[in-house]
Order: sequence, then structure tokens, then C-alpha cells
Amino acid sequence: MGMTIAEKIIARAAGVKAVRAGDIHTVNLDRMMSNDGTTHLTVDMYYNKLKNPRIADVKKMVFIVDHNVPSDSAKTAGSQKKMRDFAREHGIDFWEGKGVCHQIMMEHYVCPGELIFGADSHTCTYGALGAFGTGVGCTDLLYGMVTGTSWVLVPETVKFNLTGSLPEGVYPRDLMLTIIGQIGANGVNYQVMEFTGEGAKTLSVNDRMVLCNLAVEAGAKTAIFEADEIALEYLRERGREPKAVFKSDEDAVYAKEYTFDLSEVVPVAAKPDFVDAVVPAREVCGVHIDEAFLGSCNNGRIDELRVGAAIVKGRKVAEHVRFLVVPASQEVYRQAMEEGLIQIFMESGAIVMNPNCSVCWGSCQGVIGENEVLISTGTRNFKGRAGHPSSKVYLGSAATVAASAVKGEICTADML
Amino acid sequence: MGKIFKFHNDLDTDQIIASQYLLLPTIEEMKVHTFESLDPEFPQKAVPGDFVVGGENFGCGSSREQAPAVLKALGIQAVVAKSFARIFYRNAINIGLPVIVCKDLPDAVESGDEMELSLTDGVAKAGGKEFVCTKLPEYMQQILSQGGLIASLNKEVQ
Repeated sequence: MGMTIAEKIIARAAGVKAVRAGDIHTVNLDRMMSNDGTTHLTVDMYYNKLKNPRIADVKKMVFIVDHNVPSDSAKTAGSQKKMRDFAREHGIDFWEGKGVCHQIMMEHYVCPGELIFGADSHTCTYGALGAFGTGVGCTDLLYGMVTGTSWVLVPETVKFNLTGSLPEGVYPRDLMLTIIGQIGANGVNYQVMEFTGEGAKTLSVNDRMVLCNLAVEAGAKTAIFEADEIALEYLRERGREPKAVFKSDEDAVYAKEYTFDLSEVVPVAAKPDFVDAVVPAREVCGVHIDEAFLGSCNNGRIDELRVGAAIVKGRKVAEHVRFLVVPASQEVYRQAMEEGLIQIFMESGAIVMNPNCSVCWGSCQGVIGENEVLISTGTRNFKGRAGHPSSKVYLGSAATVAASAVKGEICTADML
Repeated sequence: MGKIFKFHNDLDTDQIIASQYLLLPTIEEMKVHTFESLDPEFPQKAVPGDFVVGGENFGCGSSREQAPAVLKALGIQAVVAKSFARIFYRNAINIGLPVIVCKDLPDAVESGDEMELSLTDGVAKAGGKEFVCTKLPEYMQQILSQGGLIASLNKEVQ
């Protein structure tokens, strides 16, 4: 009986020939990432709870301050200082203000075949490069840091066969929200989403990141693409080598299979307060908005900034709207400057901000007030996610967000 | 015996503890904001031994370990739901907060009902009825019985 890519990565990390869904294995972790959302607690536990505090392999560790940066309060600054001091004292790779953690990891660390734990639910993004990345809490992260290992319950894999290609004006974000809308927020709980088929070949690494990143919103442990020539080219450009390139065997076992025809996807929006409350964007057109957000680990890369800039070019953001543009990393920011995109955004009246998680996580910049409405390229639209519990978040593509910022109400780009 | 606080399907961890409190220095400072968006009085009303009951996909969304941690800090005895999102489930076990899958109980109880739970038997009692819960896999049961992952790690190094 064959194995899927995810099973092969776990088997390699466990040092065994084969694994099956449902098995529990001890695995060697290739890499661990922790951000300022929980690292202060990890550091506290390291010093106060461990009988024998130690780090198995400091080269596996990456700490990234991205959630509340620059800090918004003295207490936040204190928690981040704890993280910064710990990283410096132990020689852990440390990034601050350089970008959202998953973007930094993709630009500088992730390699195909690796098994990576991140203390952030969107660690599943790394499947875009054929790695097995999964989100954990700070206790799991601490255990991994101390021992270099962890335990994994081998998940089932669900195959998503992609056919066709996306029509003009429809984006990978529309595709992934469509998939989540169909299978539900619990659709692939504790399973792996494996994206494959001819449609997958039409997607860039950027596009694949958009899909994998949101897999957790359907409950997935991770999502994964085969590391094909497109992925290997991305890696080569950055001077990295794959750990291992795996393909799923023809006789691999899948818990379920879905087929999605990319050519049939339309612009969609997720309505408050659930990511799977997905409808054609046209159905929510006309909803008054107070703020629009273009950014996040899901949708703040150069591709999305290009889409947004093309729409606002020569136009003005509606007077009553704050339009936040937040590049996912400084690399993306610089590229956007070189291409003149930042200029276009600023001329339109957008507020261009430093790379960070921003209003997507509702604690730092751009938080919205009582009964306010945000349209966002962020990851979630849960109740109060972006600020006041009575506020509302709609999720849409970069095109829908930019068009809505101009119109002052939700609309699709073709309606401007 | 403890009383039940019941919540909806797809209850996400942002509702348990909102992002704006996650970078506070300690769980003790965070716990007074537990379930603030849904029931601001929850931290005052909940007493040690009480239960949180959810529907499907309890604890979805963010991996914030602060979510099970504030429930444990308030003395919640266990979370019982039809199903759990995987990161919350794993985090809860890792910190020693029992998470129990019970398909029939959530629809049969309301907030304020009294409930009794035997972890060893995997049986919950509420409203004069008994509900059989799914037992944890042995590996996870071991972590839980040792008091969580760090306690088990400290045992390993002895």
C-alpha cells in the first residue's frame, strides 16, 4: 500500500519505512517557529517549569516578532523583550518587523520534505513548498525546542483534484474560500488537504501559499502541494536545497477526493462571523464599509499588491473609508516600491503600513470600533476578530477589497 | 458536580480569549477576559469544577494556547463537545485540561444545568441521564494523567 506526500514526510521524520493514518509516531522536527503571540509564555515555562532547561538544536529555532509590531503598549513591549532577550541569549535566529512570520519562513527557511512546527495556526502555509507545516501551542513548541522531537498522530489525507485555470479577475483566494464554503469549517478536521491535478500546475508558489494558508480554516492539520519544478525554481532563486522531494504513490490511500474546476470559480466573500459562510461576492455588494485591509500572511504578497494597485490607480479611496495596505514582508515592500505600487496606493489615499499581522489579528493597528464593518484579505472573520465584538468582518480577494475601498461599500472590481 | 456553560458550534479561540489580551504578561491577567465577547460575566460566574460544553469543532481558529490555559486557570473541570478542532484539543491535553468528546450530551443540556463527569469511566451525568463519552487514545490519556506534557517531560529527565 502506497503513501501520500504527508505520510512520506512523517515516515522520514520518524525514521521508519512506512506510516499509516491513525498511527502515533515520535518524530524529529526539522524546524520550529514561534512568534510574539505566545513566545513570552514559552520563555516563562522554559525558566520556571522545566527541571532541565535546554535546547536540543538551536539551529532549528526561529523567533519572529510580527503580531504587535511596533509594540502598542508597555505590557506588549515587556512580553516582546522577554522573547528578544531569550533569542539573543541562546543564539536563536530572531526577526522583528521584517514581515509576517509565515512570509519570513517561506522567504528564508522552508524546504520541501521538512516537518515544521510553528506556534501559529497558519503554519500550514509551508505546504506550498512541499513541506509539512502545522500549528501547535506553546507547550508543544517548548517540548520540541527542548527535545528536538514531538509526537504526531498521522492524519488521513484528502485529495483536492484541481482542473482548469482561474478566469481573469478571479484569484486563488476566491478558490480557497469557495472550497472552504463547500466543505465547511470542520470539513477536513485533523486531515491533510493535498492539492493536485492539472489546475495545480497553473498556480505559482504565491498562489499555492494562499490555498495552503487557509487550510486550517477548514480544520486541516496541514495542506500540501508536490514540490514540482515551480516550487524548486522558487527554492533555487533563494539559494536553498530541498530536504526531500516526495510524490504521492499511485496506490496511496485517500480518505476522500474532491474535484474543483478552477474555471467555474467566481469572486466570493465570506460573511461575518464564519470563514465558511461563503457567498458569491455579488450577494453582499452594497454593504457599507468603514475600513478595508489589504495584507496578511494569506494575501499581502506582491501579486496581491499588484492586483490592488491596478484597481486603485487613478482613483481615490472613498472619503469615509480607511484603506490599510500592509505588505507581508520588507522584501515585498521593497519590490512594491520599485514597481511604483506604494506610490499608487498613497496617491489613492491608502494608509501604507509596516509589515506585520495588522488588523487581521485585531490587536495592533487598524482595530475597528463598535458596529464598524471591515472588508479584508485577512485570514478570519470571527466575531470581534478585528476589534469590537459588535464589529463585522467580510473576507474577499485583493481585487474585491481594493474596489470596495474606492466605492465605500462592498463591490467587485468589475462594478467600479 | 459542576454547572454547565454551553456554547455554539464552531466556537473559535478568539471568543475564548481575544487577541488584544494575548500579550499580557501572565495567564492570571488574561483569565478575567475569558469569553468576554459572548458572556462578559463568565469569569465571575464560573467556579472551580464547572464545565464548558460546546457543539461541533470546538476551539477552531487560532492556535493560541492561552485559550485552554485561561479555562484551566478559572478551574474549569473539563470541556465536553461533539467534536474539537485539532490544535485546541492537543493544546488542552498538553496543559492537562481534560477535553471529552461526547456526541449526545451537548444537545441534551443547557447552560446552568448540573453535571458530573467520571474521566476514568468516560461517563457524564446530567439531567438524570447518563452519557457515554469517547475515551482518549491511550497516548494522550497518559499525558493528561501525568498532568500535561511538561510534567511528563520533567519525569523523562529524572
